[in-house]
Amino acid sequence: MSDLVEVDDLKVHYPLKYGVFVDRTVGYVYAVDGVSLRIRRGETYGLVGESGCGKSTLGRALLRLTDLTSGRVAIDGVDLSGLHGEPLRRMRRRMQMVFQDPLSSLNPRQCVRAMLVEGLRAHGLDTSREATEARLRELLDAVGLPVGALRRYPHEFSGGQRQRIGIARALSVNPDLIVADEPVSALDVSVQAQVLNLLEDLQAALGLTYLVIAHDLAVVRHMADRVGVMYLGGIVEEAPAGALYGSPRHPYTRALLSAVPVPDPVVEDRREHLLLTGDLPSPAAPPSGCRFHTRCPWRQPTRCDEERPELRVIAGAGSGSGAGSGAVAEHRVACHYAEQIDAGLLRPHDVSPEVVPEGVVLGAAPPAHPASVTEVLGH
Amino acid sequence: MTDQPLLEVRDLRVTFGGTGRRRRGDSPPTVAVDGVSFDVSPGQVVGLVGESGCGKSVTSLAIMGLLPKRGVRVTGSAMFEGTDLLGLSDAAMRDRRGRDLGMVFQDPLSALNPVVPIGVQVTEVLRRHRSMNAAAAKTEATELLRRVGIPDPGRRLAEYPHQLSGGMRQRALIAIALACRPRLLIADEPTTALDVTIQAQILALLAELVVDTGTALIMITHDLGVVAGLCDEVNVLYGGRVVERARRHELFATPRHPYTHGLLGSIPRLDAPSGERLAAIKGSVADNLAWDSACAFAPRCPRSLAECTEHTPPTEEVLQRLLSCHNPVPVQVRS
Repeated sequence: MSDLVEVDDLKVHYPLKYGVFVDRTVGYVYAVDGVSLRIRRGETYGLVGESGCGKSTLGRALLRLTDLTSGRVAIDGVDLSGLHGEPLRRMRRRMQMVFQDPLSSLNPRQCVRAMLVEGLRAHGLDTSREATEARLRELLDAVGLPVGALRRYPHEFSGGQRQRIGIARALSVNPDLIVADEPVSALDVSVQAQVLNLLEDLQAALGLTYLVIAHDLAVVRHMADRVGVMYLGGIVEEAPAGALYGSPRHPYTRALLSAVPVPDPVVEDRREHLLLTGDLPSPAAPPSGCRFHTRCPWRQPTRCDEERPELRVIAGAGSGSGAGSGAVAEHRVACHYAEQIDAGLLRPHDVSPEVVPEGVVLGAAPPAHPASVTEVLGH
Repeated sequence: MTDQPLLEVRDLRVTFGGTGRRRRGDSPPTVAVDGVSFDVSPGQVVGLVGESGCGKSVTSLAIMGLLPKRGVRVTGSAMFEGTDLLGLSDAAMRDRRGRDLGMVFQDPLSALNPVVPIGVQVTEVLRRHRSMNAAAAKTEATELLRRVGIPDPGRRLAEYPHQLSGGMRQRALIAIALACRPRLLIADEPTTALDVTIQAQILALLAELVVDTGTALIMITHDLGVVAGLCDEVNVLYGGRVVERARRHELFATPRHPYTHGLLGSIPRLDAPSGERLAAIKGSVADNLAWDSACAFAPRCPRSLAECTEHTPPTEEVLQRLLSCHNPVPVQVRS
C-alpha cells in the first residue's frame, strides 16, 4: 500500500504578539515542532494527546487550514506546502474535515441541502439537477438521515444527527482523506457509538483514509489501525494500535494509558495507576531536551535534560496484532531509555511537581508567564 | 449498614416552568427530575450516572438549594441529619452550604470568581463559617492548598484563577469545598473539563480525601469508567428517574436494566479486543416517552414489550439492587 499522506519535519509556530501600536513578537508557541508521519491509503491513523499537545494544529496543518512554519506536507504526492490559490482550492476536494462541535461548525442559517450542495458546486460536481438530487439522497442514506432532513436547519437536529450532517458534508465531494478532529467528544456515550460505527462503515464502503484526532484513548484505540501519541508538539510514540495499547514503551504513553478509567470495577481495583505529577508545561517555553523530562518518573540525569530523543524504531516490540495488515508496522518511540525501562533496569522515582518558573525566555517585560495552554491560546 | 444515612433523598421532583399563570402558547412544564430517591451513608461514595438531560445535575442543585426560585417547582424531601434541606430558608441554607455541604463544579473557571485572588476565595469560607481571623484563615488556607496538592501554596494564594492551570483550578475548588470539613461533598462532573492524566490526579485526590476525612461523596458523572473506580454504590439515571441502583461490582458484572446494559456495551474500552463493533443504543434522548404512562426508555430499548409503552414500570428492590423495568436483562447474559 502506498502512502496517501506524507509529513516531513512539520513545524507550526504561532507568534506571541505583545504591544499596543506595534505588535512585537515576544516569542512563539511551538504548537507542532518537528513531526514526521506517514498515513497509508485506506488506514485509520489515530492521534492522541492531552489538550495543548498540538494534535489539532497538526490536523489543521495537514489540510493547510493553518500556515506551516516549515516542513513538508504531501497528499498523494502533491506537495501542499508550496500550493496557493486555485491549485490549493482544487486539492481541497480530496481532503475534508469533520469538526468536534457539530453545532458551531454548521451554518445555522443554511439548510442541509444548501450545505451539501455548496461543496458540490464549488468543485464542479453539480453537473445536472437529477445527478445532484440523486447524490444528496445517496449522502443522506449513507449517514442514516431521512430525506426530509434536506429542508431542515441545524438547530432542528440532535447532537448525533448534526454530527452525521457534518460527516455527510465532508463526504459530499468524494474525498480521499478525512481528518476527524474529536468527532465524538461532544456527544453522549450512547450516541457516540452510533457515530463511531457509522465512520467505520463508511470507511469500509468508500475506502476512505482517516486521521482521527481525539483525547479519548479508548475511542482512538477502537477506530485506529496505527496510533501516534503526541506530547508538547512532538510525536513520542507511534505503533499499530494493538502494540501500542498492549505494550506501551514511552513513559508518557504508559502514564496516559494507566490514567484512563476502565468501566469495570474488577479491573479498576487491580490496576496499578501511574500518576503523573504537575501539568503540561507551556508550549511557549517547552523544556529542553526530552519534552517530557519534567514529569517523567524514569528521568535520568543530564541526557534526558539535554538531548531531545529522536523517534526511533524499537526492537523486540511484539507483532502488530493484525492491525498493520502485513505491511511494515513499526513501533517507534522517542525515548533514550525505552529498552532499559522495558527490561526493568530503571526504576521509576518520585517527581515533585515543578512550579512554572517566572519570566523565562520570553525577553523583556512579557505579560506574566502563561500558566497554561488555554491561556496561551487565549492571547 | 447499620448506621443512619447522612442524606435521605425521597421522591425528589423538579419541574421547570408551569408555576406562574399559564398563557396560551406556553410550552408545557418540563419535568427534569421525576421522583428520585437515594441514600448516602457517612463516608460512602455514591455515583449518579447518566447522559446529558437525565437530571443528574438538577438533582444536585436541588439538594444544594441552588436552583432559581422563580419558575421551578421542587417537591419531595432531602433529609440531612434530620432536617429537610428543601424546606430550609435561604439564610439557614447559606449557613449549611460550605459548612455541612460542599460542592465541586464541572468548570472551575466559571465557578471561581475571576477578579478575586484564590486566597481570598478560600479564606472567605473559613471566616464565614469557622469565624477565623484573617491571619489564622490564611495559615489554614495555605495548609488546605498544600493538602490538595498545589505546589508553592503560599504564592498561589495571591494569584487569580486565570493564572492557574485547569487542574490547579479544580484543586483550588476542592480546597474551598473542603475548607470546613463538610460531611457531604457533591462533585458534579469534577473531571469532565480536564485531561486524562489530570483527571487521574483529581480522582486519586478525591478518593484519598474521602478516606481521610470521612466525608460522604456524591459523584455525578457521565463516565462509567470514573464510577467503576471510585463509587461504592451507583445510581443509573434515565429521563429523570433512577432506573437501576446497585453496588458497583454487581452493577458492572450483571447490569439488569437494558439501558445500563446498553451503555456498558456502547463504550469503547481500552482492554477490549480492537475492531470489535460497538453495540450502539439506537435513537436519542429526544425519543423519550413520559414516565407516567410508559417507560421513558421504551422507544430506544431493544427489549421493549407492548407493556412498556402502556404502563410505568414498577420499581422493585431485590437483593440490594433497585430496578425499574418490565423486561430486565436476564442475569447470565453478560459473560
